[in-house]
Amino acid sequence: MKLFLKDVVQSYGGLRALDGLDLAVEDTSCLALIGPSGGGKSTTLRLLSGLEAPTSGSIVINGQEIGDDTDRRRRFRKQVGIVFQAYNLFPHLTALANVALPLEKVHGYSTTDAILKSESLFERFQLEDHMMKKPAELSGGQNQRVAIARAIAPDPDIVFLDEPTSALDPEMTAEVLDAIYGLIEGEKRIVIATHQMGFAQRAADTVALIAEGKLVETGPSKQVIETPNTPRAQKFLEACLDR
Amino acid sequence: MSFNSLFLEPRKGNTAKNKSVRKAVSFLVAILTLSIVLFASFATLSYQWNWEAAFRYRLKFLDGWFTTLKISSVSFIFAFVIGSLSTLCSKSRFLPLKYLSLLYVELIRGTPLLVQIFLFYYVIADAANVQNRYVVGVAIMAIFSGAYISEILRAGIESVGRSQLLSAKSIGFTEYQTFRYVIAPQALRSSLPALAGQTANLIKDSSLLSIIAISEFTLNAQEVNAITYSSFESFFPLAIGYLIITLPIMRLSRYIEERLRYDT
Repeated sequence: MKLFLKDVVQSYGGLRALDGLDLAVEDTSCLALIGPSGGGKSTTLRLLSGLEAPTSGSIVINGQEIGDDTDRRRRFRKQVGIVFQAYNLFPHLTALANVALPLEKVHGYSTTDAILKSESLFERFQLEDHMMKKPAELSGGQNQRVAIARAIAPDPDIVFLDEPTSALDPEMTAEVLDAIYGLIEGEKRIVIATHQMGFAQRAADTVALIAEGKLVETGPSKQVIETPNTPRAQKFLEACLDR
Repeated sequence: MSFNSLFLEPRKGNTAKNKSVRKAVSFLVAILTLSIVLFASFATLSYQWNWEAAFRYRLKFLDGWFTTLKISSVSFIFAFVIGSLSTLCSKSRFLPLKYLSLLYVELIRGTPLLVQIFLFYYVIADAANVQNRYVVGVAIMAIFSGAYISEILRAGIESVGRSQLLSAKSIGFTEYQTFRYVIAPQALRSSLPALAGQTANLIKDSSLLSIIAISEFTLNAQEVNAITYSSFESFFPLAIGYLIITLPIMRLSRYIEERLRYDT
């Protein structure tokens, strides 16, 4: 997976969430975006996954330019999977339908194939007892695993995860992180925004620390997290260790 | 069991065995109170009841009741179509449509139905040369109720959260697919209780069509009153006839509301 961001700016009204972000990553299978809340991690993830177009700057992923064009970004989103902090499942559909519907309507599966494929994913994530339940009947951890199943069902090139465990208690966090380790073992390419430093160090091969809308430091995960070079990175990581 | 607790709703989690007894007793008390007030009021009137005269016209009541049911049902279908279209227009990026919908909703909701019936019947329907007053009646009720349904549906659409739209975007849905599979089902569900309420309103409001001589339930009751000089004997069946339709609808609305609370 190759990511290339050049001078990316993203403003919401008067707020500059990203203020000239540069990032170049080559041959990474799992990239973790770390940094303080409100520093621009999630915004970077939304731009990389094609959910939003940047105010200015250029973004290239695996040689594909993610531009202004709405249709082009939608086609790009079809090739990737996205997981949100608050799961964002559809409350009026069963867990199974949440996974099967996009397969059928967006990726052209027949109804039977969509259901078969979804069922196999529920087995893989040990959710087979919950297929027919609505999201409101499931725990946070179960919902997030359904959301991951939905994201990887169409065999995407890359899976983007936006703080997937931030809304969960430690036990549920563990079950969701296990599911994500499973994706990495299954050779999925992953970009994850996370506050779990231990997970970032173990699972990611590359880490990018983003703060105040800019890239602070990037490199191999062990090196950035254990021996950061810049004062800003040292300050952030010390604060993480203190907890 | 003390006297007081007989009339108090058990607290949440209380597994009192006499719940249904309490409910029945209290319901009876409520009905009794209401009846006493009613009977006392009528007793002071020293009214000569003449149910026989009204009973002779039972078919006229029945006829009117069915007409009201028919007019309301057909009106509701058209009102729903008009309301949906108006909601779509209000969400349109094409501004003339948006303002058309805004004007329609505000003008209809801001003026009395009575005025609308007169205007529509004597001016618009006349100009359009529509002779059948039942067609005019259905059209008026559909246009009137459509404005309220439009607002109900718009509120329903706006109640669908931003995170749902983002989610739809993330799985690659087109705008149409987002509307069809995410917004519409959720908006419709959250609108159902209000829609049921609006249906009950439409049925009651249709009584005003009596002023343009549509032989619906209310006009027929008025006619029985005029023939037999027995006003209460005409208007009590009228009230009960409306209740027979509206009570189940309002129960249904409650039931849907309870179901939905569990869903989200």
